[in-house]
Amino acid sequence: MPRKDLLDISSLSREEIDHLLDQSVPFKELFTRSVKKVPALKGKSVLMLFYEPSTRTHSSFEVAAKRLSADVTNFDVAHSSITKGESVRETVETLQAMRTDFIIVRHARSGLPGMIAKQTRASVINAGDGAHAHPTQALLDAFTIKEKFPDPVGKKVLIIGDILHSRVARSTSTILKKIGVDVAYLGPGSLVPQKGPEGIRRFTSYQEAMAWSPDVIYLLRVQMERQEAQFFPSLREYHRLYGITDARLAEIRQRGLYLMHPGPVNRGVELCDAVMDYERSLINDQVENGIAVRMAVLYWLKPDAGSES
Amino acid sequence: MSEQILSANEIEAAVGRLAAAIRDKTAGQPIALVGIRSRGDEVAKRLIDLLAEDDREIAFGVIDISLYRDDFEHLRENPALQESDIPFSVEDAHIILVDDVLFTGRTIRAALDALSDYGRPARIELAVLVDRGHREMPISADYVGITLDTRRLDHVRVSLEETDRIDQVIVIQKDMQ
Repeated sequence: MPRKDLLDISSLSREEIDHLLDQSVPFKELFTRSVKKVPALKGKSVLMLFYEPSTRTHSSFEVAAKRLSADVTNFDVAHSSITKGESVRETVETLQAMRTDFIIVRHARSGLPGMIAKQTRASVINAGDGAHAHPTQALLDAFTIKEKFPDPVGKKVLIIGDILHSRVARSTSTILKKIGVDVAYLGPGSLVPQKGPEGIRRFTSYQEAMAWSPDVIYLLRVQMERQEAQFFPSLREYHRLYGITDARLAEIRQRGLYLMHPGPVNRGVELCDAVMDYERSLINDQVENGIAVRMAVLYWLKPDAGSES
Repeated sequence: MSEQILSANEIEAAVGRLAAAIRDKTAGQPIALVGIRSRGDEVAKRLIDLLAEDDREIAFGVIDISLYRDDFEHLRENPALQESDIPFSVEDAHIILVDDVLFTGRTIRAALDALSDYGRPARIELAVLVDRGHREMPISADYVGITLDTRRLDHVRVSLEETDRIDQVIVIQKDMQ
């Protein structure tokens, strides 16, 4: 059954997740050709509606859509009438009149992409909404892990950082659990939710977490804009407690662990400079895989799907 | 209503004719066979086996044309992709595209577009196991295993052992009433 929208990971079935991860492989294979573009979405239009700044996710979606031959329009929110008080609803009505086929939305408010999806025939892809979800990030993370561990069942991923406010942590741990990966959280006690998906271990000390023997260490980005919040330690303190320091990198290298980060990295906070040259860092793989996964998603969704029922 | 048109032996003979014709025309030249998924790749593999005795290098590739179809608008669900694998440089190569059935010619049009995105071959030819007629595009095969006289609405189903556990070609006739 085709779907119209991709709003979160939890509503995807295991079969749908496997399908998208499998389909990303032939899309990635296209990157090795002399012409990286295919005509699958020729004549379709993709509208980028980003209410929050984003360079990576935005350009990744843009490259993915263009490699499928879709036309991409940036709805420049910062300069649009939204600042003049136009409501999201009015904006969506305008977009609807433009007969766009795909809308890619990022917004600080959880649930907003879902609201837009209900009001339009276009396929809506959530590119991050508040602390709720970031489904394509989760898919690219799962794909990257499966490239290294084709059978990921029982592999262990340790997610470090501000879990509480992170849509990446939420979506990525949801997908990893669904494909059989063990997940654990490490972060300041105030930033690791006590409730949440079942079967996820919670650590507050780095040593304790390493004793769990993870296969992959996944660093979350420290949101600099949240620095005023009193429950956050200082950046130096954060690096000392949870960051990948030179000494920790030596241990990680010795154990042969993989390192992941959704980017952009804050050097000297989540990780030290030397991590950028670490041979088992998957950070660049994540960027490349993000394009393949997003192509698979765009190719899979069908605008208008489900509207006949 | 359906009837078996070709048996395993007849398929084997048809593949043999294709291999002989390819050998006659391209003897001594380097060629590359590219099978179109699915089943064109299996036919291509059988041709490679038969041509293997030749003292020359024959490259082999597989291409999936899903992303090059011209009928997405009419599909409820986009076809699942399979990997393409062209492990040689198509630049200036002599390529023989291989498919199981030649019908409207749309698959071949898509395959030509897909191939040209890998580079610029010196020449592309087409070999098909079955030509059933009813072209909708100006495309013809250079090598044909067997020509079948069919009606436009008939469904020609090629089964091959590698994918379907049996070698046969059946024609399913659509009831005209």
